[in-house]
Amino acid sequence: MFLARVTGTVVATIKHAHLHSRKLLLVRPEPTPGRPQPPSVIAVDTVDAGLGDRVLVADEGNTAAQVLGMPRGPVRTVIVGVVDEVMSEAGPADGAAGA
Amino acid sequence: MLFGRVVGTVVCTEKVPSWRGQRLLLVDTTDPSGASTGGRVFAAIDLVSAAPGQRVFVVRGREAAVALSNPENPADAAIVGLIDSVHEPAVGAPA
Repeated sequence: MFLARVTGTVVATIKHAHLHSRKLLLVRPEPTPGRPQPPSVIAVDTVDAGLGDRVLVADEGNTAAQVLGMPRGPVRTVIVGVVDEVMSEAGPADGAAGA
Repeated sequence: MLFGRVVGTVVCTEKVPSWRGQRLLLVDTTDPSGASTGGRVFAAIDLVSAAPGQRVFVVRGREAAVALSNPENPADAAIVGLIDSVHEPAVGAPA
């Protein structure tokens, strides 16, 4: 799982049946200091996350199947939590200021 | 799931039996705005009748292999949706 920031929404009318009526959000992974910014990815929202929220994202198929309550399908990236606070040795490690 | 654009088609007369009737397309990875990221173009199984030039989203890894009802599907990339639009307000802008 990784920490990320919700930066946008994705609209797709035609998609695999596993994704029908699921909210798709654009999430930008928080970079590790000193390393390049990982690319933004599309994640299925299961926790009513919104634009600007700091979230916890799981990127594993079995996790996605459990969280969505469906048999395994072509979905692996799901938002599983809205982060209230992170404490780490490196400090707050917040991806964006003022949030 | 990753952003991509369909940049070509792949035709294989001889292929693994579980792919019979399935389309294979070439996909270039892009950023959310649709600009190429310059990564390697890869082949993906098409589940949503995508066409060359279209913006799509793609799942890679084992989840591509469970996309078909036939469990014997060796795909490592699958196109699972057509992107209509992406709304990404500028980072740092007031919500």
